Amino acid sequence: MMATTLWMMLDVLLALLCLALGWAAVSSHDLRRSVVFFIAFGLLLAIVWARLGAPDLALAEAAIGAGLSGALLLAALRDEPGGTLDDDVSRGPLATAVSLLVVVLGTVFAWVVWQTIDVADPVRMADRISGELSGSGVSNPVTAVLLNFRAYDTLLELAVLLAAVLGILALGPARTPYQPAGPLFDGLMRWLVPLLMLTAGYLLWAGAHAPGGAFQAGAMLAAAGVILRLGGDTNSGLPRPGMVRRVLVSGIAAFLLVGLSTMITGRDFLEYPDGWAGTLILLIETAAMLAIAATLVLAYVGGRPDGWREGPGDLDIAGDGGPR
Amino acid sequence: MTEAFALALLVSGIGFFVAGSVGILRLPDLHSRLHALTKADNLGLGLLCAGLALLEGSLLIAAKLFFIWLLVLAASAAAAHLIAQQSLRQGTK
Repeated sequence: MMATTLWMMLDVLLALLCLALGWAAVSSHDLRRSVVFFIAFGLLLAIVWARLGAPDLALAEAAIGAGLSGALLLAALRDEPGGTLDDDVSRGPLATAVSLLVVVLGTVFAWVVWQTIDVADPVRMADRISGELSGSGVSNPVTAVLLNFRAYDTLLELAVLLAAVLGILALGPARTPYQPAGPLFDGLMRWLVPLLMLTAGYLLWAGAHAPGGAFQAGAMLAAAGVILRLGGDTNSGLPRPGMVRRVLVSGIAAFLLVGLSTMITGRDFLEYPDGWAGTLILLIETAAMLAIAATLVLAYVGGRPDGWREGPGDLDIAGDGGPR
Repeated sequence: MTEAFALALLVSGIGFFVAGSVGILRLPDLHSRLHALTKADNLGLGLLCAGLALLEGSLLIAAKLFFIWLLVLAASAAAAHLIAQQSLRQGTK
């Protein structure tokens, strides 16, 4: 009883802190302060997911929601000196419209949760999934859903990521690189980057039976890229342009190849043959991890890295047959 | 007995965290605040890890907690150095 009350107090405290940090992040006029509040909010959200028994989401939120998004926002602030919000923007009609939309959406979601939480005799997805889990090739239900039961969704997610990175590459040259960071950061980098690669490999492998998987592992690899870029590495750990292009499409390519080969052998698209599911999932996840990592690093770089214009595959956008 | 010892470690760890947080809020300039942030919190985290490892009683978990502490030590020492260096260059306080 005592322990339950204590956990209850912790949960209420977490919820209130989340609300307070969220409010602080959107209401602050100093953009740098907003970003810091946003990062703290993401970390707190990761704890909330962990409290809800969703460690996969907690990992993804901490790595992508707080870590990489935070790094992206800070990099954007670096390009925008000054960094205060104009009153015209924060009080204008657009801000009001967005606030209204958020309030309406929040109300709808709250209503949906309220309606579904005590339906009599519900069909819970979790029960159905654990019933089917033994034939999925993996024992982690989240990975089973993402790469077996609803693999189509994940394929399209990777397509969205590819479209996003194409947009980033079309934006223009990369943001100004960072200066070499000096011996101390170099020393830290020498430890952290291999450690992050090791962690990525572990998360990829562990995804089959424990929290982890391609998205979390990709975020770890991307974090290594971000650290390399902050330390002054102009390539941010990315291979040469031609290779990066192949890596970027490798996630979708692996998915499609597996899907088409299952069709050739007379099954449905992405219907894994018996006994092969585990291997095929690992194959797809490995390619997806590399693609996700390269996408996130390019998002942080914010455009085409140096040396990309000289690539033989570049389109002649100007149409004047100029330098390719 | 072990539990009481672990509890003592946890409580003193929290004490260091509280002291560090008060320090960040109250100390006058950036360089002193860095001490509050990195030194007090590092010790607090070490005590928390030691307490949790004792409560858990498993060597594997104790090793994991130790490595987590080591990682945070390395990261916060480097971060403190970088912040201090930057403020020195810019001449901010």
